[in-house]
Amino acid sequence: MPKLTINGMEIEVERGTSILQAAEQLGVEIPRFCYHDKLSVPANCRMCLVEVEGGPPKPVASCAMACGDNMVVKTDSPMVQKARKGVMEMLLINHPLDCPICDQGGECDLQDQAVGYGFDRSRFYENKRAVTDKELGPLIKTSMNRCINCTRCVRFAEEIAGTPVLGQLNRGEDAEISTFIDELVKTELSGNLIDVCPVGALTSKPYAFKARPWELRKTETIDVHDAIGANIRIDVRGREVMRILPRLHEDVNEEWLGDRSRFSYDGLNNARLDRPYIRDAESGKLKEASWDEAFAFIAQGLKGLKGEEIAGLVGDLADLESVIALKDLFKRLGSPHMDCRTDGARFDTSNRAGYLFNSTIAGIEQADSILLIGTNPRWEAALINARIRKVINERRIPVGVVGEAADLTYKYHHVGDTLAELEKMVAEHKGKAKTERPLWIIGSGVFAREDGAAVHRRLYELAEEMGVVRTDENGSWNGFNVLHRAASRVGALDAGFVPQDGGRDFSEIIQGTKDGSVKALYLLGADEFDVRGQVGWKTFVIYQGHHGDAGAARADVILPGAAYTEKNGIYINTEGRVQYARKGSSPPGEAREDWKILRALSDALSDQLPYDTHAQLRARIFEQFPHMAQEDTILPADWSAFGAAGKISGEGFKNPLSDYYLTNAICRASATMQSCSTAFLGDRSLAEAAE
Amino acid sequence: MLLDKDRIFTNLYGWEESTLKAAKKRGDWDKTADILKKGRDAIIDEMKASGLRGRGGAGFPTGMKWSFMPKQSDGRPHYLVVNADESEPGTCKDRDILRNEPHKLIEGCLIAGFAMGAHTAYIYVRGEFYNEGSTLWQAINEAYDSGLLGKNAAGSGWDFDIVVHRGAGAYICGEETALIESIEGKKGQPRNKPPFPAMAGLYSCPTTVNNVETIAVVPTILRRGASWFAHLGRNEKNAGTKLFCISGHVNQPCNVEEIMGIPLKELIEKHCGGVRGGWDNLLAIIPGGSSTPMIPKTVCENIHMDFDSLREVGTGLGTAGVIVMDKSTDVIQAICRLSQFYMHESCGQCTPCREGTGWVWRVMKRMVQGNASVEEIDMLFEVTKEIEGHTICALGDAAAWPVQGLIKHFRPEMERRIMEYRKAAA
Repeated sequence: MPKLTINGMEIEVERGTSILQAAEQLGVEIPRFCYHDKLSVPANCRMCLVEVEGGPPKPVASCAMACGDNMVVKTDSPMVQKARKGVMEMLLINHPLDCPICDQGGECDLQDQAVGYGFDRSRFYENKRAVTDKELGPLIKTSMNRCINCTRCVRFAEEIAGTPVLGQLNRGEDAEISTFIDELVKTELSGNLIDVCPVGALTSKPYAFKARPWELRKTETIDVHDAIGANIRIDVRGREVMRILPRLHEDVNEEWLGDRSRFSYDGLNNARLDRPYIRDAESGKLKEASWDEAFAFIAQGLKGLKGEEIAGLVGDLADLESVIALKDLFKRLGSPHMDCRTDGARFDTSNRAGYLFNSTIAGIEQADSILLIGTNPRWEAALINARIRKVINERRIPVGVVGEAADLTYKYHHVGDTLAELEKMVAEHKGKAKTERPLWIIGSGVFAREDGAAVHRRLYELAEEMGVVRTDENGSWNGFNVLHRAASRVGALDAGFVPQDGGRDFSEIIQGTKDGSVKALYLLGADEFDVRGQVGWKTFVIYQGHHGDAGAARADVILPGAAYTEKNGIYINTEGRVQYARKGSSPPGEAREDWKILRALSDALSDQLPYDTHAQLRARIFEQFPHMAQEDTILPADWSAFGAAGKISGEGFKNPLSDYYLTNAICRASATMQSCSTAFLGDRSLAEAAE
Repeated sequence: MLLDKDRIFTNLYGWEESTLKAAKKRGDWDKTADILKKGRDAIIDEMKASGLRGRGGAGFPTGMKWSFMPKQSDGRPHYLVVNADESEPGTCKDRDILRNEPHKLIEGCLIAGFAMGAHTAYIYVRGEFYNEGSTLWQAINEAYDSGLLGKNAAGSGWDFDIVVHRGAGAYICGEETALIESIEGKKGQPRNKPPFPAMAGLYSCPTTVNNVETIAVVPTILRRGASWFAHLGRNEKNAGTKLFCISGHVNQPCNVEEIMGIPLKELIEKHCGGVRGGWDNLLAIIPGGSSTPMIPKTVCENIHMDFDSLREVGTGLGTAGVIVMDKSTDVIQAICRLSQFYMHESCGQCTPCREGTGWVWRVMKRMVQGNASVEEIDMLFEVTKEIEGHTICALGDAAAWPVQGLIKHFRPEMERRIMEYRKAAA
């Protein structure tokens, strides 16, 4: 371990640490533009120059120079200051002076460092260089005059996103960042290009000219657009969400965020349910109502119904408070029919190990082989795909896919489409494979079929045979991972929002609405199935949620709820990690936080739920489910058999998503997401013109 | 002055053929296997003893460079890369070697490759050298046909292959790591060092990059002995012979092999028929290719053409491409043209070079007219200092030095130009 001195302070660092990293450990700031701790090191901006005593009489790039024993480094000597001033001047001579109209203004590395390390005036009297702006799609706005050619975007696209469409064209002062052959930046992680850009060359198109960073109220919360639970920050002005940015959480999202999570916020303002509605018996149309009218209408609708005639479904975005409040309400109504798996999945919910991402997301980095079963992680959980790619880049581990093949940005071996192919593979490799940390990622979509429970059991057996779960001298390893797509799912499963004794599951409930045995259906934000097409026409449907989407369209009564940015809620991600979302703005109009609606409804049904405040509700939740009180922790699951024996059809696994951008009610209401879907996934066949 | 018997490149002018037969007659490929039999360490020691310094410009001792290569392969192959991307303005020595003495280079590759445990050599030929590349190719084919390359090359028991790689005409690809990137099929942009190529070079394998002239003189040195070569030069550190390329305002511009450290005046008078209009008509020379700072006539009088003498006067031997300028030269215009060249050839990677070379050129353009202020001369000097030493490769330095040389020696001329312009404008 080399020991060196930086500015007179001694430090011992691990071999291979760069001077810049060592300085960071000491709290010594070294300015930089091209260096990014998650990307490769090109050392081209030359801002991080430092003086190393005894070396050649010129400064060295601290980001690329590894620490050596007995090095004496100075980061603030006259030589360094002069070098920095010079580099800063060079960066600024061709950089436009348009900070007042630049969206990066106020949070710009170049601005900050120019103040900190630059000259106080310009002595460049020539004309500044102009560079044509590029078209990168509906998300990223370019202003290439501002580009300082740090190539962070190029490296991000190539290394992290795996879509090498960006590059530096030409050379010398003609060098410019561009996409090759006018390509769009087709990646689910494109928004991160905006974050890595240290200047205002790449900015958010939807956010362009909307707000200044200092006028925004920032709330740190959790994302719900997939089951990863990425840590985000929402920036709000008034009650409008102006933008969403990722927060650093090394074990979950590192510092990245998927485009769906980042750019769908305009959907929070469109198609919102801002007051209760009830369906007029005569016209068959929805009409506006007051809360009292809506509750009275529900009380009327449920009157005389037995518990077995009522069923409840929870959608993808629901917070745990509302799920548990609904469960409490259903207990009082005497109904055992409840389910959260609105995709029709039929896996065994009794054992947490059977539905969690057991290895944890960070655990992917320990894997030495990865098998993807019935999933397209690039769309279902873009950040998990980025994590897999990271491991492959570092260690070239083998990756296999069972199920539909898709472009995952890395090379993999396509084993086959069916479970039978997987069985064959396991039979061949059992005991022989040289993998000690095998990792299986099973898409929750594989259970969404008649034989779901049997598939669940068979996967358990195969995982056992293959040694996916093991304890050896290196510790214990559980590589059996279920990848969910819905933010609410694991929480609702943990809370037991599944068929109770004698209860019906999702498809049985739907069947019940058709044959009349289920007379009333409560949808808590359940929009991810064809509500209008599947729910029987006689059923009394109560919809509680925030968007006028599939559920609201069929509802007999609508109770307007709050979206994820508008309430304090517990979410548990696919790993089983408990995270708390925090309220950043308020729900529109008459809309209310969801647990409050359920509490008020219980009043109207004359069976009051026993909590009046959010704190009381949380206390009750923590009493019932102590692990939910531990924020940002995972309660590991014990490994034991799950699933149910049964016949398995020879059907192949299909990827459940057909569109990355339009997966929930918020996205579908978002104009940005709609245009992304068209631009990136739309029909690209040859357009024809009339003669 | 170099005697004919000590000349290494006896066919520098192409008076004889470049074929294998003719080359053998000149002494090439003579008992190459015996040289290899001395063993790796002996060859490297001999090279160290000869005092040969790299002929590409930096003048790093060749034997020492070779000794940086790992003694034992760790499983990765070793590579020898020959830099034939000669693009420095004022330099044309490698070109004559490629077209008239290719077998010296090929034999040198085999010996150098053996000495550093490489079974493959890449020769990166400048894109514009189309005919030279073809000649080289022919020579390599001849060598393969005669068993001098390939399996058991020249009967030495060492397998050796040579790959010719043509560049696409970028100056920066003459920088060794940019050259490596270019061979790998990437954009020619210099890499950070460390790691040095001897640790991780071509395809991340141990690699040594040598200039054409450096490799081409190796067989003769080993045949005639290190002490012969060491005693030719002016002193121990500046040993042997060197190809000088004299261009510009001399009566007979030429390429000539001479002893290292020959007085500049002698070089010009003896081989080039003197400066156009006589020695007193000399204004300045650029001694080592366009990137070295110029020296005025006063310095030229007594200067010796070797690495250390030129360094003492604030310039360098570089590639020994001597550009002579007589008093008819607009010296500001001349340097301005070089600034334009470096702006055009900057790879665009590092900030100071990418932005600074263009700035320097634009200011220089105004200096040519005199459309500037006197303070701007100081500013220009400072800007070149901001570029120099702050970049990954030496192109930044190369762009800065000519302008620094100009300001150092011809500042009065620049000021005069500014005053004249003001007078005319008033």
